[in-house]
Amino acid sequence: MSKNIGYPLDLKMNHYADVSYDEKERLFEEVKADERYHHMLYGCYECGICVASCPSAKFYDFSPRVIAQALAREDVDLIYTLMEDSIWDCSQCFSCDRCPRGNSPGQLITIMREVAVRNGLASAKKALEGYGRIIYKIMSTGSQVSPDMLQPNAFPDWGVHVNEIAENLELWRKALPPETLHTTETGWTVSDKTIIELYLIWHMTGVMDLIEGIDEGLFMILVDVMEERLEDAGYDITFD
Amino acid sequence: MIHLPISKANERIFDIDPSQAPTEDLRDEIFQLEKEGEWIVQRVPEPYMEVKTKYGRIKKIPVEKTWHHKSCGQCGHIPGYSTSIFWLNRQFGLDYYDPTDQTSCTAWNYYASATSNPEAQAAVALRNFASAYEQGYFPLIHCGTSFGHYKEVRHALVHQPELRRKVRDIMKRLGKPFVIPEEIVHYSEWVLAMRHRIAERQVIDMSNITATVHPACHYHKLIEEDAIYDPEIYGAQRTAIVSATLKALGITVGDYSSWFDCCGFGFRHILVSRDFSRSFAVQRKIEVMKEEVNPDIVVTHDTGCVTTLDQSQFAGRAHNKKVGLPVMSDSQIAALAMGAHPYKVLQLHWHNTDNKPFLEKLGIDHEKMWAEFQAAVDKIKSGEMEYLTWDEADK
Repeated sequence: MSKNIGYPLDLKMNHYADVSYDEKERLFEEVKADERYHHMLYGCYECGICVASCPSAKFYDFSPRVIAQALAREDVDLIYTLMEDSIWDCSQCFSCDRCPRGNSPGQLITIMREVAVRNGLASAKKALEGYGRIIYKIMSTGSQVSPDMLQPNAFPDWGVHVNEIAENLELWRKALPPETLHTTETGWTVSDKTIIELYLIWHMTGVMDLIEGIDEGLFMILVDVMEERLEDAGYDITFD
Repeated sequence: MIHLPISKANERIFDIDPSQAPTEDLRDEIFQLEKEGEWIVQRVPEPYMEVKTKYGRIKKIPVEKTWHHKSCGQCGHIPGYSTSIFWLNRQFGLDYYDPTDQTSCTAWNYYASATSNPEAQAAVALRNFASAYEQGYFPLIHCGTSFGHYKEVRHALVHQPELRRKVRDIMKRLGKPFVIPEEIVHYSEWVLAMRHRIAERQVIDMSNITATVHPACHYHKLIEEDAIYDPEIYGAQRTAIVSATLKALGITVGDYSSWFDCCGFGFRHILVSRDFSRSFAVQRKIEVMKEEVNPDIVVTHDTGCVTTLDQSQFAGRAHNKKVGLPVMSDSQIAALAMGAHPYKVLQLHWHNTDNKPFLEKLGIDHEKMWAEFQAAVDKIKSGEMEYLTWDEADK
């Protein structure tokens, strides 16, 4: 494996504390160990099609080509820099799947993000600041967004119609013909049994460990909610 | 001198030959795994419709017995989107199931925050599939991201035996069957396959309408070979989804240069970094559409796309951007064409950008319609009516 081969672009923003080369290498090995990795990286023609297709490249100091090249060259210094900075700019639209070599920089970023979250990297914590309520919603209710999230203070840039929705929420939800949509806290009615099964999935797949590493406060709130409902359903399960 | 045959671009014919497809037909693997006792394959129920995908393969689209895998973003913030899908099913008298034993695919969160892993994502998908199978209905996926993500999950399960083993074990512990559907079907594919039947029942003339189409990234960029293509639509050089539906309804579909660009949703960006989403939606999509086509409406087929393209225009007005294009889903347009109520069914009051000029161009008296909706809301408020029924929605 090569050491830093002097990649021409200096993307280091010095926002994050440096770590040892061994630690960077360990993180990279974790990325490479993902079963998807070798189906997403085949080299790079340097054609720039991924960059031309990329929405984030038009607005940020971000390049899917740099992601693919850094990984292909196994430049662990640059990979670490990207994991502490660029990867959270990606829009995850997968326009870069147009790559004529068959690379998927977007999917590689998905893996890099997972590793960043799993290892509690500063970039992951920063990127997810303010996002905790979304994680709480999806993990506790099985629905990512809900009608009651449409509040003016959450979406001030969406204009006054958000106020109107918030003011009329209960009534307007009842004015929906499908009976499953008369909800305000979830997108639709989700049965208790379904929620319990979802919690069991989080438990069996170690997702709660990820949450604990990235946001301990959120973890504790989720544990309270989940353990209580699981206990009510007859499951003696703890997430510690 | 070497003489090579030369043909002009407009004379080229792009034959679609499935035998020349550069990618595997995953369904072969799925059925093979079933033979080996790995899982149950849920067949597309009869009767089904046939459409062609990117490399000319046939994809089966169920007509009915559909299990509606709802979208959290649609149901939460633009509920007329899902309501219109159900309304269309009801108008054709089709048997469908709207489950409560369904979670979100959780992929929006996965793509936004990575606070999950492939095993959990696959287990969530398979739990939903098992629920559909147990009910005896076939999954019809409302959300573009759920659709793309489930195709990714299916691909991973076929090629990763260890992942398959883990997820099968989870299903066993949940007491659920380990089932994979024969096809992953997006509702917009159902709308497309039904387009001529919808056009037969059309009561609103839309021949004076020009629309631009935004094809959703997670529909045609993830497992791209499974998206619908049609030689009649852009020579099968891009997906026919939505465009074919609109053309069947007599709408002129205008082409614009940034059609391949995403909408700016960005998953985490729309929730916590909306400056990006707003800028991209307005500058790379809406303004380009206005300048190159100046359509009456933007039509798309995914949760995030409707949300981002519609909601982002409000802030654009403050910067004197060229905005003001109403945004709807293909299901809403199809329902409107068949005479659905713009507020009781399409629920257009949940949308942001002014859609009244569009309704006026169609000859729809939106003031009268809004008064009808308000009257229904008043009945709910007074307790005279518990909620708006389907029968009431059609009055």
